[in-house]
Amino acid sequence: MSGVRVLVGTHKGAFILNSDGKREKWDVSGPFFGGWDIYHMKGSPADPNRLYASQSTGWFGQMVQRSNDGGKTWETVGNKFAYDSETGTHKWYDGTPHPWEFKRVWHFEPSLDDPDTVYAGVEDAAFFRSADGGQNWQEMPGLRRHGTGSSWQPGAGGLCLHTIILDPSDKNRMFIAISAAGAFRTDDGAKTWKPINRGLRSNYIPEQTAEVGHCVHHIAKHRSRPNTLFMQKHWDVMRTDNAGDSWEEVSGNLPTDFGFVIDVHAHEPETIYVVPIKSDSEHYPIDGKLQVFRSRTGGNEWEPLTKGLPQKDCYVNVLRDAMAVDSLDSCGIYFGTTGGQVFASADAGDSWTPIVNNLPAVLSVEVQTMA
Amino acid sequence: MIRVVLPAHLRTLARVQGEVQLAVPAEVTIDSVLDALEAQYPVLSGAVRDHITKKRRPFVRFFACEQDLSLDPTNLPLPEPVVKGSEPLLIVGAIAGG
Repeated sequence: MSGVRVLVGTHKGAFILNSDGKREKWDVSGPFFGGWDIYHMKGSPADPNRLYASQSTGWFGQMVQRSNDGGKTWETVGNKFAYDSETGTHKWYDGTPHPWEFKRVWHFEPSLDDPDTVYAGVEDAAFFRSADGGQNWQEMPGLRRHGTGSSWQPGAGGLCLHTIILDPSDKNRMFIAISAAGAFRTDDGAKTWKPINRGLRSNYIPEQTAEVGHCVHHIAKHRSRPNTLFMQKHWDVMRTDNAGDSWEEVSGNLPTDFGFVIDVHAHEPETIYVVPIKSDSEHYPIDGKLQVFRSRTGGNEWEPLTKGLPQKDCYVNVLRDAMAVDSLDSCGIYFGTTGGQVFASADAGDSWTPIVNNLPAVLSVEVQTMA
Repeated sequence: MIRVVLPAHLRTLARVQGEVQLAVPAEVTIDSVLDALEAQYPVLSGAVRDHITKKRRPFVRFFACEQDLSLDPTNLPLPEPVVKGSEPLLIVGAIAGG
């Protein structure tokens, strides 16, 4: 029987939410790793019972947890993230050079075909890989050695590599995003990278259309469209149809185009979702009304989705990795809030119900569709 | 045996309750105690001090015999009561954050 497993990382632990294919009744387990930040948790497409979780605190640093049974039990694996050779410097907030220092893993992206291979996006921004189930980590230094690396500057959340997208049609092609350097693409298996930020405009950097320096919040892609990506930037919702060589704005009629999350319907490559947030200085929905916006035209034309969402006195945020979709026939959409709610829609966003209401602040949401 | 008191999060990680006891073969210093701790509980590697630089993590403190040893050189001998096992070395998570 089909089912759904929702992996929720929060500010104080991890939670796993399970349901059958109807997605009406949910079993909530957790907290796992109580008291720790779980920035991200994700399952292997090649083995759904293999999960990876990023566990960290400011006190005791980074831990990596691995499960081989869908989250019932966990084992601590390798946590040594050593930059390759001399680290050099990036720019600090005040523009002065600052040495690269590892802080935490923001995102795990398991390989599409090998449960033991997993990529990690970390702060300070770098791209790591493990080929032994997370026991040992090696930096793939081509990204950080990109000629622009010394000019990368952190966003408010730190200099974090938060998005990794693998291309099912080409194992050598990957996309990543860094706040606040921008988006990058490799076509040679992470040996070399190119910035893919042409078309982005950011009024918070001296040269508004610079090659790097853009605060990309998240990128999403449909697996059937190798060259189409959707981006929620600090401000602006963008799309590209040439794998990032150029972007165009598709904010259209959104009430505000600031936000963090963006995702794509599992079966409709031109149906996309965002959660507009009032502004870069007020990280909550406009007028206290939590609204998901859906475009069925790949952007520009957006409709608000509010049924079942709080429409009064709601001042939560939805962070960049906190939205995901399932791939059941009627596509399910899920997102978590900084107020500790996880909302689910079993009808592609037409209506929503909370799975849980009072978790710690949600940092990430991932979904596994079980056959 | 050297007695070490760990903060709650590290006891959970190491799956221990109460104090841990360590055989420290070399001179008993913070360095050698942490070497023994990480050898006995590899999961704690990187949690008290950096993997590479071996520097104490900023929000971790070392106390023993009512003294704060956090800023002392880590290769100095620990107080005699710690060496004899009559007093523990306390590894403490700083009071900070929410």
